Amino acid sequence: MAPALINANPVVYEKKERPARSRPGDADFNEYAADIIDQLEIFDILSTFLHHIRDIKDPEHPYSLEELKVITEDAIEVDDKRSYVRVTFTPTVEHCSMATVIGLCLRVKLMRSLPSRFKVDIKVAPGTHATEDAVNKQLNDKERVAAALENPNLVDMVDECLTPSYE
Amino acid sequence: MNLLQEEGLQLREVQRLEGHTDRVWGLAWNPATGTAAIPAMLASCGGDKTVRIWQQRSPSSTSFDCKAVLEETHTRTVRSCAWEPSGKKLATASFDATTAILEQNGNDFDCVSTLEGHENEVKSVSWNASGSLLATCSRDKCVWIWEVLPGDEYDCVSVLQGHTQDVKMVQWHPTVDVLFSCSYDNTIKVWAEDGDSDDWRCVQTLGESNNGHTSTVWALAFNKTGDKMATCSDDLTIKIWGVDIASLQSGDDNASWRHLCTLSGYHDRTIFSVDWSREGIIATGAADDAICLFIESEDHSVDGPSYKLLCKKEKAHDMDINSVRWSPMENRVLASASDDGTIKIWKLDSTH
Repeated sequence: MAPALINANPVVYEKKERPARSRPGDADFNEYAADIIDQLEIFDILSTFLHHIRDIKDPEHPYSLEELKVITEDAIEVDDKRSYVRVTFTPTVEHCSMATVIGLCLRVKLMRSLPSRFKVDIKVAPGTHATEDAVNKQLNDKERVAAALENPNLVDMVDECLTPSYE
Repeated sequence: MNLLQEEGLQLREVQRLEGHTDRVWGLAWNPATGTAAIPAMLASCGGDKTVRIWQQRSPSSTSFDCKAVLEETHTRTVRSCAWEPSGKKLATASFDATTAILEQNGNDFDCVSTLEGHENEVKSVSWNASGSLLATCSRDKCVWIWEVLPGDEYDCVSVLQGHTQDVKMVQWHPTVDVLFSCSYDNTIKVWAEDGDSDDWRCVQTLGESNNGHTSTVWALAFNKTGDKMATCSDDLTIKIWGVDIASLQSGDDNASWRHLCTLSGYHDRTIFSVDWSREGIIATGAADDAICLFIESEDHSVDGPSYKLLCKKEKAHDMDINSVRWSPMENRVLASASDDGTIKIWKLDSTH
């Protein structure tokens, strides 16, 4: 028997329209401009895998975490000058047991994508998770994260989340 | 020599030691080296599962070379290492749930013993002052005390349960056989041998209600005489604790540690490491990539001692600093280890 859905009726939000960014080759692309890492850049880094993580988290929901508003552009705080990124995510339900796994995936994705000078804080949005403090503490303890990433089962799970899907 | 009267002290980078291929977690100076006749020796360990031994080129040189890379002892991250007081053996604690004892044999180091028992990651290891006891701690929330027996045998004499979360570090007191542990549960626990039952028990817990830390306590260190202890935390503070050393040495049960002062506002991310030089300078290393040095201030208030910042080295490394360790000699040499994979040797000297 298939396990009961944690959240059978998720609220689905429309994807936000955003202007296309200039890329090398575009008329307005300035290759000498400083390579500033901003909110949108982080969001782009994360959304590639957020589309995929739904397969792990909510197999029966045909929505990405973006559409579920687990993570939104506004929940990403970036200060390129101070090399600081803070991502606040909203688990779909208060007791979402996948919160630590999603958080770990977010952290690993940023670790692999951002220059090493960046300091990253991953937090559950205030009031959205029953054990918010415990989840936040665990996600931001780098020794625990390092140990988790030496666990082959967890690494497989994280890698699966982070593999781009080509469907 | 009075540090407070010296103007413009700064940490000067003497050398950058490269070789680790992942973050460097731990550092330990060999206490039997660094004299006029014996070149200083430093051990480091990290996420690349190796232990590296660095040695000063000559007793007068400021350059260190990598003398040995120990690659086969552990199968996962080597989180910390500690030299036996005689400097002949090195204990290494690993995420592979074991603690290894390595012995120097000419230019090589051989693994002479492997201590098993913890359920998962071992995070820290410490020898007592005489080298007769070893303590280890783990994510399994336990602290183990091992007795060192002849023939490289290690016998577990006690499994201490009391922490409610993983134990980050264990450290023996520098003169008395009393053990300290600090944890993800925000507390520091003091363990002593019970004279009647021969077993070890928790004699004090320093937590939030004793003016303690409000988040993970990552490390602790003692001053030279052992009457003061510094602890550092994810709550971005350093706390100084004091004890009546005479009653501690007499085994008095009332020898309790009390909070003396809290240093806050110096680091803006988790403080991972603290060390106290023989001369009395406290060094801290943190996730803000900075090293801070503190010294006891001369203007004592009625509330007890206060400490002032001697200097702060911003961007001491490119990434988090996991360990700071003063050379055991009184030569104002400090080593630091970082997530950037490097170790740096620093000298505290005058800007003039």
